[in-house]
Formats: sequence, structure tokens, C-alpha cells
Amino acid sequence: MTFDRRRFIQATAVTAGAGALGMPAIGNAQEQPIRIGLMTVKTGPLASGGLDMERALVMYLRERNNMLAGRKVELFVADSGGVPAQARSKTQELVERDKINVMIGPLAAGEALATDDYIRQQQLPTLSVAAAEDMTQRNPNPWFVRGTSTSSQCAHPLADYCIKQLKYKRMAVIADDIPYGHEMCAGFQRVFEEQGGKIVQKMFSPLTVPDYGTFLAQLKTNIDGVFLGFAGSNGFRYVRQFNEYGLRGKVAIVGGMTALDEAVLRNMKIEALGIITTCWYSAKLDNPLNKKFAAAFQAEAKYDPGFYAAATYVEAAVLENALKAVKGNITDKAAFMKALRASKTDTVRGPVSFDSYGNIVGNVYIRKVEREEGRLVNTVIQTYPNVSQFWTYKPEEFLKNPVYSRDWPPAKNLES
Amino acid sequence: MRKLAWLLLIVALLAWPFAVGEFYVNLVSQIFIAAIFAASLNLLVGYAGLPSLGHASFLGMAAYFSALLTLRLGFDHTLAAPLALAGTVVMAALFGLIALRATGLGFLMLTLALSQVLWGTAYRWVALTEGDNGLRGLTRPHFLGINLDDSTAFYFFALLVMAFSLWMIARLVASPFGAALAGTREQARRMSALGHNVWLIRWITFIYAGFWGGVSGLLFVYYHKYIHPASLSLTSSAEAMLSVIAGGSGTLAGPVVGAAIIVLLKNYVSAYVERWNMLLGFVFVAIVVFMPDGLVPGIKRLWARWGQR
Amino acid sequence: MQFWVIQTLNSLALGGLLFLLAAGFSLIFGLMRIANLTHGAFYMLGAYIGVSILKVIPNLWLAALLGGLAVALLGGLFERFILRKLAGNELGQVLVTLGLAYIIADLCLVVWGGDPIPLPTPEALESPIEVGGFMFPAYRLVVVAVALATGIALYLLMERTRLGAMIRAGVDDMQMARAVGIPVSRLFTIVFCLGSALAGAGGILGGPIMSAYPGLDADMLPLALIVVILGGVGSLIGAFVGSFIIGFVYTFGIALFPQLAYVILFLPMIVVIAFRPRGLFGRATA
Repeated sequence: MTFDRRRFIQATAVTAGAGALGMPAIGNAQEQPIRIGLMTVKTGPLASGGLDMERALVMYLRERNNMLAGRKVELFVADSGGVPAQARSKTQELVERDKINVMIGPLAAGEALATDDYIRQQQLPTLSVAAAEDMTQRNPNPWFVRGTSTSSQCAHPLADYCIKQLKYKRMAVIADDIPYGHEMCAGFQRVFEEQGGKIVQKMFSPLTVPDYGTFLAQLKTNIDGVFLGFAGSNGFRYVRQFNEYGLRGKVAIVGGMTALDEAVLRNMKIEALGIITTCWYSAKLDNPLNKKFAAAFQAEAKYDPGFYAAATYVEAAVLENALKAVKGNITDKAAFMKALRASKTDTVRGPVSFDSYGNIVGNVYIRKVEREEGRLVNTVIQTYPNVSQFWTYKPEEFLKNPVYSRDWPPAKNLES
Repeated sequence: MRKLAWLLLIVALLAWPFAVGEFYVNLVSQIFIAAIFAASLNLLVGYAGLPSLGHASFLGMAAYFSALLTLRLGFDHTLAAPLALAGTVVMAALFGLIALRATGLGFLMLTLALSQVLWGTAYRWVALTEGDNGLRGLTRPHFLGINLDDSTAFYFFALLVMAFSLWMIARLVASPFGAALAGTREQARRMSALGHNVWLIRWITFIYAGFWGGVSGLLFVYYHKYIHPASLSLTSSAEAMLSVIAGGSGTLAGPVVGAAIIVLLKNYVSAYVERWNMLLGFVFVAIVVFMPDGLVPGIKRLWARWGQR
Repeated sequence: MQFWVIQTLNSLALGGLLFLLAAGFSLIFGLMRIANLTHGAFYMLGAYIGVSILKVIPNLWLAALLGGLAVALLGGLFERFILRKLAGNELGQVLVTLGLAYIIADLCLVVWGGDPIPLPTPEALESPIEVGGFMFPAYRLVVVAVALATGIALYLLMERTRLGAMIRAGVDDMQMARAVGIPVSRLFTIVFCLGSALAGAGGILGGPIMSAYPGLDADMLPLALIVVILGGVGSLIGAFVGSFIIGFVYTFGIALFPQLAYVILFLPMIVVIAFRPRGLFGRATA
């Protein structure tokens, strides 16, 4: 089903050997292959996204015969199990033993933060998937860029959409009780309330909650909608139980970027239909790059690519573009990092660039779950072009505030 | 023969950082840390007969104390380290008061519950601990003018601390107190009848084990320069427990061997075997089937049988 | 008022789920003195097997039966060929049951993938019913009924059958039971199969609410331990009462003190064990 490291290196050697026949000669200094490390999760509860990250990255490299910017590449895959301390040890393995030039990943916020100082110390160019806000805000890491989004980057436009298009005035939010959930809800609340809406109820459920019954029973029904800030399988279970409690049709659901990912959508039925979510990607995006990618991924995996698959595919495209800008010379790390941050790339998620903090600027899509050819898809209903992590705020002013949290911005409109 | 083996081991440990790359140096440093942690738990599981499933409390507690003292209050490591250990010892004393109200499975569940309360607090009290983001930006101390950021320096530091910890644990076990402790494990009632205060013996052992768990926690947080609630989790406690049992509980070398196996599987073999979690499971089952007392006693027995022939 | 009614129903439903989870664990512990740490993995495995069975036989009750049998078979083999050799070796049992749990968890990931998979609710029970102006899921009420029925069936099994009499004899005094000619070793296999079957079937019956997902095992095992310890190990009534107490504590605790959500299950347990180390219904025999 997936590649292990040795098999992959063998495959790389074969294809690269075949490819080299047709390739122009490469300078001596650059004969070493570029070594890419993928820090992902292949065991434990987060494995679903992690395995998709690997699959999409392997696809990207295979489509290019394992050549980027005229240079052969080797991929080294490490499994952190989703545990921060292990992500750190595994990063050391990639750097110290496998001598990688650049790392893609890790997946989860805690993992990215655990490796933060090591990445600085090793000056390891890193293209991360994790959403932890402050990695590209108040304490940015010069060797770190993020090709996905911060936690709140997609929540801001959704709040705008709820006010302007859906005309919602009173809403509730519920999210996992971890910083990722807090940050998403805070971003949503800030934009929603600044535009005249009211968040009248905030609930944070423990990450490992067996059952949402107690939260569903508390949900106010005199509201326009509830925003879901869940990750992994929690959004999936919440929405199913929401339906069980007969709340469907009484209260509308809108969801953050990992609430109803393509990965969980394929196991859902009517309960998800019509739900509006926000993300920087949808498998249904209508651009030539994505049409090709989504079809190829679907053919190989038998399901639509989602957040995590698109994440590494986008990172790989950005990486390739930056490598081209430095003509494949990744050993000059500073120049490569500069090229990476200055890069403008057309990707499956649309055109992307980076702000001066290393975070991506790109489109955010408002999507609606619809049925198509017997399966559920996230149909794009509105595009917010070139959204930055700061939304419409000035970066300096945005950064004067504390980082988004459970208590900031303060909730002034809660009703008991 | 025995002396020769010891000599070889010492030479190998001293030469290791100069023979291999940085990755392997760090790998063994991690084994040292896990070994102290497992050995401290072994005091409870192996010598006191008290199966604790919450020992990560002490590793995590010392690590969080150290992290908070240096990060939030700007304390120097020379002050933060003893304070963190003192804090851990106080917590261990309190936890011991509660957990030792039961033995056996009740003790196991109480330690589990207490550690889960700590875990939940670390997860939820974001203002203090940053919750799931963990505390980052930590530093390693400069020990006697040596910068522990260097992986070889850290290796020797960890080796030294491990040697000292194991020696201190061995001393306790070999002392009259250790003999009394073994008595409470085998014959708690008789020990009471003989006038020993069984509860007090257990409580002191609990605190002592907590202290050395805290020492491993300090090394852990120095090594990673980061601390996350996962280090307080049930998984973390269970891994230490598995190290002790797999290596051989109630032996001095057992926890070290067990810790080495788990660290190697997690951080080394996992690069080659995709389903390393399953492999870990099979290793555990195989150990129990072939050497029900754990690896160290099992190998000793094999050795003895081989020697008789 | 509505709050109290609905949350009471929620508590009962969660209690029912927990009893289906914990009954088997309690049974095995009671007779065999084995803390079967594979129990959470058996529960998850049951849920996944249910997913596969339901694709062929779209009947949840039948699936629970078949899935329970499948897990019982695995449990029986495990007991017969591995656990059997470890009688009295408590630490060895911990290691081997956790080892098997690791294997099962990773195996499920390989076979069924990492995404959550729901078990469909039986069609007749899909729509919620109205309780005091609030909709409540019909299936959850059925879960309470199933838990009650299971509890009664187990009670009758223990109190009214020859098998039950033998098990009780074994629980009370193993040596004596052996001496009077009760085939204790066969009894162990039967009890372990029954406990495993309950875990597997519980996973399937809980499936329409919880779904099958990686990590379900780790979410459930501590709950099973809490229920059994609180109720008193080896006591069926203890497991039953413990399940519903935890159902209430958790549901109301989270609703009334949301900031304690992460620790709400453990605080009451600490208090109970600290004052009654054998649990609420535990017997004094060690």
C-alpha cells in the first residue's frame, strides 16, 4: 500500500537511472541527489492524514521521474507517530543520518513546535503542514515556511461569508480543546463579531471525547448556525451525532478547514449534505493542475485527495519552483530560503506566494457538501482570493494582539 | 570473565561517541534517559511489588517545573534543577499518600488516575503550559563550563547521570531498607507483625522512585528542549512499565535492557520497518512466551544452562 | 428542566455504552484475576469487524452476534495458547495483553485504513424521538435497553445456571473449586471467550454512536478500567452501577464544569478508591 524507505530508494535509483540517459549533463558540484525528508505520521490516530501526505508526495516526485529542477531527488520518510518528542528525534534522524537538504512536514502543531529550535539550529529549510499560528507570527522561524495555512487563516473568510452571504447574526462555536481549535474559533469570532455578529455560545470539548451527546444537548437552538473547529475524526462524529439528535435542519453547521475533509466525507451520507466549510483546497477545484492531480490521486487511492494529500503536493510544487530559481543549488541554504520565500507558484490550490513571515498567501475557498456521481464532494461556492494569515488587518497591528486563544478575543456576547 | 565483560562495556560506552555519527550518539543518549526512567519505576514495580501506571507524572512534572522556572521566571539551571526536583519530590510525597491507600490493581488505577489528572491539567491549563502546543524555546544547562548543546558532551553527561542513578538505586536495593522492602513485597503481613511499618517503607520507596523519575525528566527536557503533555500521558507511563517488564522486573539491568529495546524500536528500527508498532507488539508477546520473567532473567537462565553442559 | 431531562437520558445512554464495554472486562478479572489490557483493542476490533460484516449482512444485531463470535474465537486462542502459561505472573500478563493490543491496533490500521468509518444505525431507529420538547436519538435508548438486557442475562447466567455456579465457585475460592472437580481450566477459556465476545459485540453496538476509528481502543480502555475499579472488580452489579455512575458524572460534570472536562472522570475515582480501595461493590477477598 505504501512505500517503505528502502523500496522507495531502489525505485528512485531505477527511474533516475533511466531518466539520466535523456538528461543533459549536470555540473560536478551538483551530482549528489537532493535529499528530501518527509516527516509524517504513519502509526496511531493521525495516520490517515500522514499516509495521504506520503502518497501525494511520492506521486508528485514520480510524475517528474524523481527529478526536480534538473536534479535527482531522494525521499526519506520518517514516522513520528504524532508524538512531539518523537517528531524531534525523527527530525534528528533525517538530518544527522540521512543528511536531508530540506524537510516537508511535520503534520501536527505540537510536532512543529517541538522541532522549532532544532530547525533553527540546523538551519534546515522546512516546508510545514502544521497550523500552529505563532510559528509564522510573533516568533517566526527563518528556516520555516508554511504551504498550508495558519489555524485561523481559513476561518476569517468563513466568518465574513457567514455575515455577508448567509446573513447570520447569532452563532455558537464548538471546537477541540487544544490550541488548534482555540485559534480557529478565535479567528472566526473576531471577524464575525467585528462585522456585527454575535457569538452567543462557546464550547470546547476534550480531544478524546467518546461521545458528544452532552455537548449537543447544551447547544442553543435559537441561533443561526454553529461553527465547528474539529480535527481528525471528531468533526465526523460530531456531525453524525448532530444528525442523531434531530438537530439537522434546526441549526445550520459551518465548518473549519479540517471539519469535513474529503478523507472523512467518503464515509458520510446524508448527514453531511449541504454543510458549508472553508479550506484552502477542495478536490473539486477547477484548475488544470488540480484536475490532473485529483484524477490521478483518485485513480491510485480510490478516494478524493483532501487537506493532507494536497498539502504535500503543494509543498512539493513550491519546493520545485524554488529549486528552479536557484538552479538546483540547495547547498547555499540562505539563497535557497530566500528563493523559497520569494517564490510565486501555480499549484493545485491556485497561485500561492509567501508573506515576510514565511506563511502562505493564497486563495481560500468556501465549499458546500454536495452529492456528485454517488459520492460526497466539497463543491466550491465562493473564492476569497489571496488571503493572508492576517486577513484584512495590518500585520503590525495584528501582531500587537496576543496570539489567538480560548480567551482572546474575549467573548462579550455569551448568553447563559 | 565477568570483569572482562564490564571492562568491555565501559570501553564501548566511552568510545561510542567517537566511533559513530551524531545520530547514533543521540540515540544512545535517549536510551540513557529512558533507562533511568524505567529503573526508577522498577523500584515500585519490581522491588516493592507496586505496579504503577502513572510514573510519567514524575518525568513530566520535573520537566515542566524546569521548563516553567527557566522560561517564565528566568531562573538559571543551577537553581531551576534542584527546585524542579524538590517540587517533584513534594508531588511524589502527596501522590504517595493517596496512591498507597491501595495495593495491586487499586494502586495501579490510583497512579493512573493521578497521572491523568496531571495530563489533563497540562492539556487544559493553556495559560501556564501552552497546552497541546507545548513549551518551546528551552535551553540546556552549561554544566561545569561544558556546553551540553554539543551532542557528545550531552552523551557523557547523560551517561554520568545514569551511572549515578543506577548506582543509587542499586544501593537502596542492597541496603537493609531494600531487604525490608523486598519483605513487604513477599510477606506484607509478616513484616507488619515483625514491627515494620509497611506503609512507611512503601511511601519512602514511592518518593525515592519519584525523585529518580524526576531526574530522568530533567534529562528528558534538557535533551528535547521542549515539553508536551504527551510526556505525562498513559502511553508514556505504559512504555516505562513495558520496559521494566520486558527487561525483567526486580533486576537491576532489566529496565535498562527493556528501555534500550523500546527506544531502538521506536527511533531506529521504525526507519526500516513501516509497521514498527506491530513489531513492538510481537516483541512483547515473544518475550513473554519465551522468557516469562523478562529478558535479563531469561538470558541468565539460558547462560547458566549452557554453562552446565 | 429540559436540561436535566435530556442530560439524564444522555447519562443513561452513556452508562449503557459503558456497561457493554466493561461487563466483559469485569467478568474476566473477576474469575481469572487478569487485567485484560487488550480489552479496548478487542472493542475496536469488534467495531471494525462489524463494519465489514455490515457490508454483507445489513443487520446490526446479527453483526453484533457474528462479530462477538469472531472476537471470542480470537480471545479463546489467545487464552489457550499464551495467557494460560502465565497464570500468576501478573506482570507477564500486563506485557502480553498490551503487546497484543499494539498488534491489533496496527493491524486495524493496515486493514481498514486510518479514516473513521461509521456503523449505520438500524433504519427503524434512525429518526430521533421527542422527549419533552427535545429530540433524543432513538438508538441510544435502545442501547440502554440492550445494556439492561445484557446485564440481566449475565446475572441469570451467573446465578441460575450450572456454568454460573461454577464460575462463582471459582471466583470465591479457586483451590476449593479445583478440589471439588470443577474443570477450572476449561472454565477459564469459556469465561475469556465470553468476555472477549462482550467486548467485540459492544464495539459493534456502540458503533452507530462512536464509529470505528484508530484510537478508539485507547479512548475506551481507561473507561473500562475506571468503571470496573469504581464498581469493584469482579462484581457484575458493581460494573453495572459503576457504568451508570460514570455516565452521570461525565455527562453532568462536563455540562456543569466544562473547565474540568479533561479530569472529570478521574477525580471521583480517586476519591472513591482512596476511601474504598475495593470499589463500591468489591468483595473483601484478595
